This record gives sequence, structure tokens and C-alpha cells, in this order.
Amino acid sequence: MKRMGAFSKLYLVLIFSFMYLPIAVMAVFSFNQSKSRTLFTGFTLGWYQSLLRNDMILSALGLSLVIALISSVIATVLGTMASIGIYSMRHTVRGVIMNVSYMPVINPEIITGVSMMLLFVVVKNSINLQIFGIPTLLVAHITFNLPYVIFNVSPKLRQMDVRMWEAALDLGCTPMQAFFKVVLPELMPAILSSFLICLTYSIDDFIISYFTSGTMQTLPIAIYSMTRKKVSPEINALSTILFVVIFTIILLINAKDSRKEKKNAVRI
Amino acid sequence: MKKVVSFAVSVLLLATVFALPAQAAITPDDPSYNWERFKGQDVTLNVYNWGLYISDGSDGGLDINKEFEDLTGIKVNYTTYDTNESLYAKLKSGGANYDVIVPSDYMVGKMSKEGMLAKLDFGNIPNIAMIGDQYKGLDYDPNNEYSVPYTWGVVGIVYNKTMVKGPIDSWSALWDEQYKGNVLMFNNSRDAFAIAFKKLGMSLNPSSTEEIQKAAEELKKQKGVVQAYVMDEIFDKMEGGEAALAPYYAGDAITMINENPDLAFAIPKEGTNYFVDAMCVPATSTQKEAAEMYINFMCETQIALANCEFIGYSTPQVKAEALLPDELKNSPIMYPSKDVLANTEIFNVLPDELNQAMDEAWSDVKSYDEKGNDLLIPGILALAVAGIAVVFWRKNVKKKRNDY
Repeated sequence: MKRMGAFSKLYLVLIFSFMYLPIAVMAVFSFNQSKSRTLFTGFTLGWYQSLLRNDMILSALGLSLVIALISSVIATVLGTMASIGIYSMRHTVRGVIMNVSYMPVINPEIITGVSMMLLFVVVKNSINLQIFGIPTLLVAHITFNLPYVIFNVSPKLRQMDVRMWEAALDLGCTPMQAFFKVVLPELMPAILSSFLICLTYSIDDFIISYFTSGTMQTLPIAIYSMTRKKVSPEINALSTILFVVIFTIILLINAKDSRKEKKNAVRI
Repeated sequence: MKKVVSFAVSVLLLATVFALPAQAAITPDDPSYNWERFKGQDVTLNVYNWGLYISDGSDGGLDINKEFEDLTGIKVNYTTYDTNESLYAKLKSGGANYDVIVPSDYMVGKMSKEGMLAKLDFGNIPNIAMIGDQYKGLDYDPNNEYSVPYTWGVVGIVYNKTMVKGPIDSWSALWDEQYKGNVLMFNNSRDAFAIAFKKLGMSLNPSSTEEIQKAAEELKKQKGVVQAYVMDEIFDKMEGGEAALAPYYAGDAITMINENPDLAFAIPKEGTNYFVDAMCVPATSTQKEAAEMYINFMCETQIALANCEFIGYSTPQVKAEALLPDELKNSPIMYPSKDVLANTEIFNVLPDELNQAMDEAWSDVKSYDEKGNDLLIPGILALAVAGIAVVFWRKNVKKKRNDY
């Protein structure tokens, strides 16, 4: 690789600071003594302490995380099964199914949100049960996560050599064993990356959650409702904690990967 | 692996040490009221309130929801909203079952007319006696059947004394060219139009679309001096000295003045908006009696006082008002004199056509650009189409060349 010129390095620094300076500013002001977001008056850990005591924000965070985890797992499993099914369809049917699957992605989120809410209201009125809350949130999140899984796993499936699976069958595997021992490990990178994408979309989602959450609230809804009065610095503290946790996880994963690469490189 | 697990556990334990809550027991005003009717019955109350609109202990005061849960054994599922219109949409859609809501004056009127509110049983809310009479029987709830006042206040101009010249006593200060680029404005239609109406000497409840159009013209004239249309961004801007004038609610003005002593608050002579946020019980609630107990709790003197101190808005509970420190009790911002209040107007529900006209006019005002060129967008579109045509033509020519 060519050595980076000074301009390229400068450009890189500018781009990264454009992306990360807002997060840095937010983290710095989570230690601010007053509620201001422009004047730094003094250092304090008080906001972190009051965050741990703020039941409303903590329960919103808990709900966001629980919904994200469960819906991502279910969406990944369903999406992988769907990709395998779609792979073996005829060309025309496959085209139709793929286009239909892509609709939640193209549709503006507000349309998805409002239409799901109307559907749930009709269901609620016909079976006379209070379903709004976690069940409706889960269904909504799984629905908009599914296309991302399908579109991540399908290409990997097509890249895979079908003869490997046939070879496994020839060598005595039942179809189930062949799937778990040959196909799944091939698809694992795509499955993992789509799981992470689903997690991100789920935690980040505001509009669809807003309409389908009933009397519960996820974290983005809790933060949005603070906009008539000042958004409390407890949110700064919470965002800093989330950022540090995610950053650490990414560092650990990358460290593990690079260590694996070094090990494999040395062997050769 | 073991080390990581034990480290994580120790971090969690440390966190719980910081999380130990501050306990404070309250003594109810009326000992004969039975607060424990629902203890042990596993009742959950869904409360829907404005964001940051209840004392939650984060500034050292009472955690009111926790106090209520400890006293009555009723679990509170507390969620929040940002505007009256979101509250209305959520309730109307039928997708949520709330037991206590806190709409503003005109929204109480609108919802009660549409039958969305339940008539309160004041036998369960004896503390209503401690709510001042001047807050009851107002236009939005003339027979006092659907609501119990929670907070009230007035709208006025927050200004930076070091950045303005001369007295600020009229809404026209927000149109003044000498403050060009230093004026903030409400980012919601009802409040912005109210200011324009008052500047023109009209009622802030329009009776025709012509009045709305006149106010829209005023707002368009103001656009040249406006720095930004804001809601909660105003706190940072005024405290940081980035703007000279801004209209906002009285309680929030006190918060800003506490942070930046250069700020002051003025109620213009043309009159202003007087608002009341009131607690109501939706008609679809399944826990009406527990909801009324919650409303009664909010009217307790100690609780109303804690709320007043946290939220900053004026309290309608007279005993709590009497217990406030003198500089708040006698503050002309928080508790203006009777003559000032006589010059204020409360929002009424507007009929649908006027609401729609106001929404359209507001979009018009927000997108109005006096220096804008009408030919700009069509010009760019034409250029884009021409560019695409050129690209296709060149591709065609290349293909024909390759064919030979």
C-alpha cells in the first residue's frame, strides 16, 4: 500500500472528528456540574448517580435492550430459514418474494408504524385482550428486522458451493446434520453480521416503537418526550455508558480476530 | 474468563451502592383518607405525563412516584409525551390504555367534547378543596367535572439585559430590526400564532381564517430577524447568551434566570397566554378509583410543593403556594398580580377548519423564504435532466462506435 500523503491523513482526521466530536462533546458534558450543554462549570459524577436512581429511564433502557435482543434473535432465525427457503424457489416466485420482503425497508417508517398500530387495534378489539406493549413491540421489531437478515444471508447462501452439502449427504449425513455441520458454519459470518444490524436498528427505532408500544416506552421515546423542557444530562451519562460498552465490545472482538489472524499467519 | 466475570460482578455491586435511594416519608394532609384501599391487590396504574414534569428525586427532592407506591401499594407505570397533540393521537388510536393523563387547557376541552374523558368522582379527591378557586370552572371545563389543575403559568419574553436597549414591554420587541439574528421564536403553531395575534391586538383564539392569514403575514415579516425556531434548545441558547430575546413559559424562565443572572422576564402589555395543565382520567381507564387516588395524592401539600420546586411552574395548590420561599411567592413572574392576569387569555378549542387553516399557514410560514428565488428548484431540476440526457447520449454514441 502506498504511504499516505499528508493531505490524506488530514482528510482522515477531519472525517473521523466530524463523526466522533459530537459523541466526545456529549461525553464531556455528562460530567458537567450544571445542566447546561454549552458552559462547562465543574466536574461531577452526580448525573451518573442520579441516572442509576431514575426508574423511568432505566426501565425504558431495559425495555429497549430486551426487545432488541429477543427480536434480533427471532428475526435472525426466521430470516435464515426464509433465505434457505427462498434459495430453492423458482426464479419468478423468488423475485416476487424478495420484492415483497424488501417493502418494510423501502416504506417510510411512519407508514409501517401506523399500519401496524391499526392492525393491532383491530386484533385487540376482536379478541378483547390487551395486547399492546411487549407483544406488539416484538412483532413490529421482528417485522422490520426480517428483510435485513434475508438480504444479508441470501448472497452468502448463493456464494456457497452446493456440492459441499451434497458431498456431506453422500458421506452419510442426514439432511439435518448436513445443514448444521456444513451449511451453517458457512453462513455464520452473514448470520452474525445480520444479528448485529438487527440489534442496532431495534435499539435505534423510534417511529415504529412509538405507535406500537401501548403504555410502555422504549429509550428513544423517553428521550424524545423531554423536548419541551431541557433534556436532562442523565441522558448524556446514559449515552456515554452505552457508547463505552459498545466500543469496548468492538475492540475486544477486533483484538480476538487479529490475534487469530496472527496465529494463522505464523503457521504458514 | 473468571477474572472478567468477577470484575463485572464487582462493578455491578459498586453500581448498586451508588443507586441506594434517598428515602423520605411523607405525612398526608387528611388522616381520615384511606390510602391503603388497594394494598395487596396488585394494581398497576398507567400514568402519562409531560417529560420532566414530576419530581423524580434527581435534584434531591422527593421521588413522587416512589412515595405513592410506598404509601398505597399501587404500582405506577409512568411514561411521558412531548406535546398535547401526541397525547391526543395516542389516546384516539385506541392503542393504549392510560389511567391518568395531563393535557393542557384546550386539549381538556377538546377531549371532553369528544367524550374521551371520564367524569371525576370528587368524593375520592377531597384535596381539590386546596386548589385555588381562580383555577376552577375555567372555559375549558366550565362545570369542573373532568379535570384537576396541576400547574399553571403565563407566556412572556425572556430577554438578556446586557443585549437589549430600552424597556421590553411589548410583543413588537420580537420584530425589532435592531435585534436581527438574535430573536428566538416558538417552534409550534399555536404558541407562535398566539404571539402574532396579541401583537395585532386580536384574541389568541381566532374566529376566522382571515385572522389566521393576517397573523401568518406578521410571522412571515418576523422571519428576517429570527435566529431559530426552538423549543427546549432555548435553555442552552439563552443561558449561553447566544440570543437576546425569546418567548417562553414563565416557569422555564425562572430556571434560565437561575442559571444566567443576566436574563429577565417581561409580560408584554398587549396581554399574553395563560395556560393550565390539568390531570384527567380517560374514559377507557379500567382503574378509575386508583387514578383518582393518584390525582388526590398530587394535590397533597408536600407533594405539590415538591413538584413546584422541581418543575418550576406555578402551583394551583394554595397551601403549597403559601409554603414557598418569599422570593418565589411574591415573584411577578411566577405569581403575577391580578391586573396582569386579567389581561391574559386562555386557549380554547378551535373548530376543525380553523385548526387545519392554522396548520397550513404554519407550514407556509416555516417554508417562507423572502430572499428565495422561485426559479432555483426548477433550474436545478432542468440541469439534472439535461445532465442525464447528455450521459445517455454519450453512452449511445460510444455503443455505436463500438459496433463498427
